[in-house]
Amino acid sequence: MNAVSRQRLVVVGNGMAGMRTVEELLARAPVRYDITVFGAEPHPNYNRIMLSSVLAGEKDLDEIVINPRSWYDENGITLHTGDAVVAIDRTAKTVTSASGRVVPYDKLLLATGSNPLMPPLPGLDLPGVVSFRDIADVEAMLKAAQAGQRAVVIGGGLLGLEAAWGLKRQGMPVALVHLMPTLMERQLDVEAGTLLQRDLTERGLHFFTSGQTEQILGTDKVEGIRLADGREVPADLVVVAIGIRPNVALAKQAGLDVNRGIRVGDDMATSDGDIYAIGECVEHNGQVFGLVAPIWEQAKVCAARLAGDQKAAYATPPLSTRLKITGIDVFSAGLLTAEDELDSEVVYRDAAKGIYKKLVIREDKVVGAVLYGDVADGAWYFDLMRQGKDIAAFRDRIIFGQAYADGPGGNSGLDVAAMSDDTQVCGCNGVSKCDIVSAITSKGLTSLDDVRAHTKASASCGQCTNVVQAILSHVTGADAAVAEAMCKCTEHGHAHVRKAIVEQGLKSQAEVREALGWKTEDGCAKCRPALNYYLLCAWPGEYVDDQQSRFINERVHGNIQKDGTYSVVPRMWGGVTTAAELRAIADVAEKFQIPTVKVTGGQRIDLLGVKKEDLPAVWADLNAAGMVSGHAYAKGLRTVKTCVGSEWCRFGTQDSTGLGIKLERMTWGSWTPHKFKMAVSGCPRNCAEATIKDFGVICVDAGYDLVVGGNGGIHLRGTDHLCQVKTEEEVLEYAGAFMQLYREDAWYLERTAPWIERVGLDYVKRRLIDDEAGRKDLYARFLHSQTFAQNDPWAERVQGSEAHEFKSLAMVG
Amino acid sequence: MDWIEIGSLDDIPPRGARTVESHLGQIAVFRTAKDEVFALINKCPHSGGPLSEGIVSGRKVTCPLHNWVIDLGTGEADGPDEGCTNVIPVRQEGRRLLLGLDAHRKAAVA
Ligand code: SRM
Ligand SMILES: Cc1cc2nc3c(=O)[nH]c(=O)nc-3n(C[C@H](O)[C@H](O)[C@H](O)COP(=O)(O)OP(=O)(O)OC[C@H]3O[C@@H](n4cnc5c(N)ncnc54)[C@H](O)[C@@H]3O)c2cc1C
Ligand code: SF4
Ligand code: FES
Repeated sequence: MNAVSRQRLVVVGNGMAGMRTVEELLARAPVRYDITVFGAEPHPNYNRIMLSSVLAGEKDLDEIVINPRSWYDENGITLHTGDAVVAIDRTAKTVTSASGRVVPYDKLLLATGSNPLMPPLPGLDLPGVVSFRDIADVEAMLKAAQAGQRAVVIGGGLLGLEAAWGLKRQGMPVALVHLMPTLMERQLDVEAGTLLQRDLTERGLHFFTSGQTEQILGTDKVEGIRLADGREVPADLVVVAIGIRPNVALAKQAGLDVNRGIRVGDDMATSDGDIYAIGECVEHNGQVFGLVAPIWEQAKVCAARLAGDQKAAYATPPLSTRLKITGIDVFSAGLLTAEDELDSEVVYRDAAKGIYKKLVIREDKVVGAVLYGDVADGAWYFDLMRQGKDIAAFRDRIIFGQAYADGPGGNSGLDVAAMSDDTQVCGCNGVSKCDIVSAITSKGLTSLDDVRAHTKASASCGQCTNVVQAILSHVTGADAAVAEAMCKCTEHGHAHVRKAIVEQGLKSQAEVREALGWKTEDGCAKCRPALNYYLLCAWPGEYVDDQQSRFINERVHGNIQKDGTYSVVPRMWGGVTTAAELRAIADVAEKFQIPTVKVTGGQRIDLLGVKKEDLPAVWADLNAAGMVSGHAYAKGLRTVKTCVGSEWCRFGTQDSTGLGIKLERMTWGSWTPHKFKMAVSGCPRNCAEATIKDFGVICVDAGYDLVVGGNGGIHLRGTDHLCQVKTEEEVLEYAGAFMQLYREDAWYLERTAPWIERVGLDYVKRRLIDDEAGRKDLYARFLHSQTFAQNDPWAERVQGSEAHEFKSLAMVG
Repeated sequence: MDWIEIGSLDDIPPRGARTVESHLGQIAVFRTAKDEVFALINKCPHSGGPLSEGIVSGRKVTCPLHNWVIDLGTGEADGPDEGCTNVIPVRQEGRRLLLGLDAHRKAAVA
């Protein structure tokens, strides 16, 4: 090691600002410094922003690590985690850590972030009071949520709202106390703040606005809070999220110039020229920081300075905010309201759709934007703002967004070409347009996934996905949303491939690859399952299913679990079972020592934790009792949920159970582009939840309402109403025809909800309602393909098919 | 190193895999479309997923749990993911398959 010539850089704070600076520095001057990093937290550097998503259950902790420990190793960085620096000796130029390490530096970088602001309230030190800043806080909150407790969040800003929403998602009853009359008053005007409160109230949060917390109640643990007006709110967990304060203790003690934050100049140096500071702990021109976008700029400047560039200078860019609550779209930047008569406001409201947009305009320039409900144009307004662009030419249309502002024949959608290179596209990861463009061109990326993997853009909260997609399309010149290549093996999109299979009569995967010029000999894990499905759908009875192109679940007809065991779900027609079936299930569970027996959300029973080698024997026993595979693993028909209906229920209008069973008998075994679920409810009370199914039936006095395209999951989508029919036969016909249309039309892994969003409900109606002959043809094709599909895969395997799957080849050593 | 016979090429479906139990833990033995055979410790470098259950294409296998793509020859994950699983030497004699195992150095593979 030639340590002689290298200078020593010590970084205090292993967080987002510190490590971003180190990354920038390594890119510029990889060998200039021997770097030592101290972090008070026991973790490697992680994406603090995404703690909200971890709390909401949308991400795992290991998914938010930015720099894993191997990164430090590979770059020769010495990392001390769980060891805070407690003193700086500026004369000796050393730092001392809590564990007693003394490390000399030539340059020191302070990146200590900030501390949560804690109000001076009685009871603040009770167990059960937490802040929302780091992994430890989130772990404490998740633990409280698991214990089924109640929460109060104090603070209705970004952090408080995200905490409240996360806890709510974890199943806790949550009340939020906010000092001001409206939420997020620093980022939103009154109107948007009010809409936000309304929407979150609808989602089950309780609000106490204009609420001043006076005391945290409890004796040896938190029991609730009391407000100044005397109201009390019970709680077992109190989250305090009223703000942050720069963490300056260490700098102050070292005698650096400190005001609210550690004072730095445009060069990011503190009052000691060998000590730099960056991130939330600093104050620049009287301003302190709480968002990552300006911090990424600071990191660039600081790294350049450390690398020897004497000119790099920092200036705070305009900032924008977004709220990371799935399904709630909020954007704000610049001024919230007109400040004087020179400013004017342009406002658009669509109360029915819950959309509100306001722009603040000064001398024909955008100086502020508040968007609620529709934030698609946020990036565009923000860019106009940053560039100080004169908008006189489209001022009258600007509020309708870029597509209209450009006028007829103009560029619809995002004008990527006009976006400046340094526009920050992904705020979570600090990725600019030019980073994305250069990754696409230098690495030849063609899909959104690739761009994500290489640049991290849109890999965190995903709110900038549209912009990233638009940039990709712009650079590759393809309308990627429509023609995005299936995978790296081909340039062709799904639509083209499906069409070619039918029109050119391609009957095997090899033929498809040959005819369409695949770049790989035998495809990949993305295109093979898709081709296999397309061929199966196009040539029923003719094409031989390729087991090796199926995902493991579909190959062994069970769901692989995280420990490599499998789950087994027998079909329970329409959710109805018998004593004999239950007895057989109980026997199997005991005989094979199956650890978990669970009732699923699909009205049947899951046997979880079956060893792979036991699968055939388990199935044999279930088969013997008359049960077949429930295809709980398949891109195919899953369940048909039913309610009790007219047979028992005092409100039931039709035999929903019987109809559900008929539907399931007709459709089981079919393969579809993605999973397909149905439900039949006996009356509009809809106990079978038919309105979030791919195909739902709601029985009414006059017949049957048919609804389509519903979806639970992360993006909830209620169904669209297709039509009303009179008889059960018609229900079966429409169900079969709808399924066949979906089978023939949708792309592999596209569920009915996104498919209908793409093709439009009108199209589906045209094919199924307006075109009666077409519908009957679709239904006939469906029934024809079913004659080949309805073989119980379990029985086939019990009889020895694919036996190699279930036995190991040999035992050695 | 000892060469231990584990079976015949015909026991493994093309573009598929079988497992072998050993003192090193479970080993996945893969057969490509071109009848090349490779063996890896049956643990994905990401979080231990059973690679033998993945989809085999070319000289790669895609892990069934979170879709990492592992090179059968080197055991390494395709960029941008990073990680590596241990490779076990295999020899084909006609259609017979032999694994190169060193029974005395059990500690070599964690
Ligand atoms: C077992 C079950 C949970 C339970 O214990 O209740 C379950 C378990 C899984 N669901 Fe589910 N879902 C189950 C009912 C549901 C429901 C409720 C329903 O069907 O009424 C939904 C919401 C409705 C819907 O599908 O829209 C549901 C929405 C999802 C989603 C989101 C789908 C989407 O399109 O957004 C996924 C993820 C996916 O498929 O990509 C998913 C994925 C999964 C997977 C397959 C995750 C995985 O890849 O390992 C789980 C397999 C566990 C296993 O090994 O058995 N599961 N899942 C339920 C099985 C029902 C059955 O009898 O077949
Ligand atoms: C839940 C949450 C959601 C957020 N959402 C967003 C968002 O959507 N958009 C956005 O732009 N910003 C968001 N932020 C803010 C963003 O995370 C911060 O601006 C950013 O992390 C600041 O980086 P930093 O490096 O200055 O501080 P940090 O990331 O906090 O890093 C400082 C590190 O220094 C360590 N440290 C402190 N003192 C010492 C010492 N003496 N010795 C050793 N180590 C020390 C700390 O333990 C900490 O790990 C969010 C923050 C939170 C908490
Ligand atoms: S069963 Fe469904 S909801 Fe439950 S953890 Fe698995 S995927 Fe999520
Ligand atoms: S365990 Fe293999 S990808 Fe996660």
